[in-house]
Amino acid sequence: MIIGLFNDWVVVVLMMSGLYIVIAHGNLIKKLVGLAIFQTSVFILYISMANVEGGSAPILAEGIKQFSNPLPHVLILTAIVVGVATTALGLALVVRIKEAYGSIEEEDIQHLDNQTQDETEIQATEGDQS
Amino acid sequence: MISHLPILQVIVPLMAAPICLLLKRSQLVWLFSLFASAIAFIISVLLLQQVMTSGVISYELGGWEAPWGIEYRIDKLNAFLLLIISAISTVVLIAAQTSIEKEIPKEKHTLFYILYLLSLTGMLGIVSTGDAFNVFVFLEISSLSAYALIALGQDRRALWASYQYLIMGTIGATFILIGIGLMYQMTGTLNMQDLSQRLPEVAQTRTVFTAFAFVIVGVCLKLALFPLHLWLPNAYAYAPSIVTAFFAATATKVAIYLLIRFTFTIFGLSFSFTTLPLQGLFLVLGLTGIFVASSAAIYQKNVKHVFAYSSIAQVGYIIVGLSTSTITGLTATLLHLFNHALMKSAIFLALGAVVYRLGNVQLSSFNGLGRQMPLTMAAIVIGGLSLIGVPLTVGFISKWYLLTALLEKGWWPVAILILLGSLLAVIYVWRIVEAAYFKKPLAGSAPVKEAPLFFLVPIWLLITANIYFGIDTRLSLQVASAAAQSLFGVSP
Repeated sequence: MIIGLFNDWVVVVLMMSGLYIVIAHGNLIKKLVGLAIFQTSVFILYISMANVEGGSAPILAEGIKQFSNPLPHVLILTAIVVGVATTALGLALVVRIKEAYGSIEEEDIQHLDNQTQDETEIQATEGDQS
Repeated sequence: MISHLPILQVIVPLMAAPICLLLKRSQLVWLFSLFASAIAFIISVLLLQQVMTSGVISYELGGWEAPWGIEYRIDKLNAFLLLIISAISTVVLIAAQTSIEKEIPKEKHTLFYILYLLSLTGMLGIVSTGDAFNVFVFLEISSLSAYALIALGQDRRALWASYQYLIMGTIGATFILIGIGLMYQMTGTLNMQDLSQRLPEVAQTRTVFTAFAFVIVGVCLKLALFPLHLWLPNAYAYAPSIVTAFFAATATKVAIYLLIRFTFTIFGLSFSFTTLPLQGLFLVLGLTGIFVASSAAIYQKNVKHVFAYSSIAQVGYIIVGLSTSTITGLTATLLHLFNHALMKSAIFLALGAVVYRLGNVQLSSFNGLGRQMPLTMAAIVIGGLSLIGVPLTVGFISKWYLLTALLEKGWWPVAILILLGSLLAVIYVWRIVEAAYFKKPLAGSAPVKEAPLFFLVPIWLLITANIYFGIDTRLSLQVASAAAQSLFGVSP
């Protein structure tokens, strides 16, 4: 039971640890790493379902009768590209955030945001009184 | 040519995007993007005409036959959505150049238009494709460009909002991907039509239940259903004004389309609403969303935040309409998709005009604006009345049909709650009216001029549409009810 579903167990463990990292960590880079792990688990899910027991690689050649389903591989190739693009964009955003806030910790950023919010409010009320 | 319309709908903006890079000059790029978007609009009108007269259009991409190749399938629902998206995109683009001159540094103008067109491509693609995996690809095209567009905002908080949206959006999209994978595992097909025929055979398995749960949660993240809405307010408030006007009208609509497509077409009505408890879930979450988001809107100091929260509340109305799972309810939902797109794009464009003149949209800056920018403020007021659901505006039409659907079902307590929710809208719209018309401008503040013509034309186009479709409902109602009937399998 456990060995037969080995790949699925790997998928579930990776998926849950990835999602946990995204939620639990305050560091923006760590969040992105978690996201990447989360996405990778889905790649494994697709690739494992394509496997046919005893099948070889899907090549059109003599002697190859039974082969794995190539379609999920192709799908995942697309999904990998999407994943790379997402991670790249995320990292680029982190660089810009570091420049703008001077920090990549969620707590610091929230704190700085609250401050700016208070400042604009104070300015607004002062404007009302004057 | 005519037979290739479904693919041209997506290809035109996709091809236009890289061409922008060659044009370089900001004005030129703007005109070209406007042109591309207008062509997409014309195509969507032709498609809608064709679908209404001669039924579903099926287009095989590259000539590969349907269940194996990718199929683009345009039925009444798609055609309606395509029309909404391309129309709003075109109207919003008219104001784009004027608005971004103030909000985005000059060297990034070309990039802005490229991202805009890519995002448009993604949305049109999600709607026109008939292949489940293709949906994911287009979803990511539109989302990735959306993250970048939001990050173009002036305020540094735009970056943080964009990052949060990226995390939430990617989790949502990956959930959809998992769901699609599990469906493929059970049926061996990705074509939506094929899926809908094969899923019932395996419907009572745990894998299909899991697939359904993943897809629904993923889509609900994208459409900002309460309590998955946390990314939306900041993303809308700090993005450049044009981006907000475009996304507020289209992005969540596309996700709602996906929800309808997955629950009604792919999984089927009886599986989604009878086997699984989606009805009760949607009703409760929709209603809570209306009240929580509307109350939050009342306490916001940034007017863009007010209307961003109101967008979440409107999603609540749309979901309540869905939860009735009757033809009238679905018609109300589709009508509100159309009507809400009209009101929100008008309001956010008007706010863009205010940003153009004042540099911010804090509620306190609105003091006395009613006399200084009469046309812009009048637009916000009419848009607000439409949000509340005052007769003679589009908001009234969709609320009316929603209430009819609820009373048909005998859910009168829900109907009363919907009316109470509208009262909350009165409060947050009133706060803006009060500031603009009944308070004096801040002492010492420079006089403000009316918004430039490039803002006023699109704003009033949309406002006129708001009133026109509130009086003459033939077009919107006919298409919406025909689409709803075809989703229920009743031939009109």
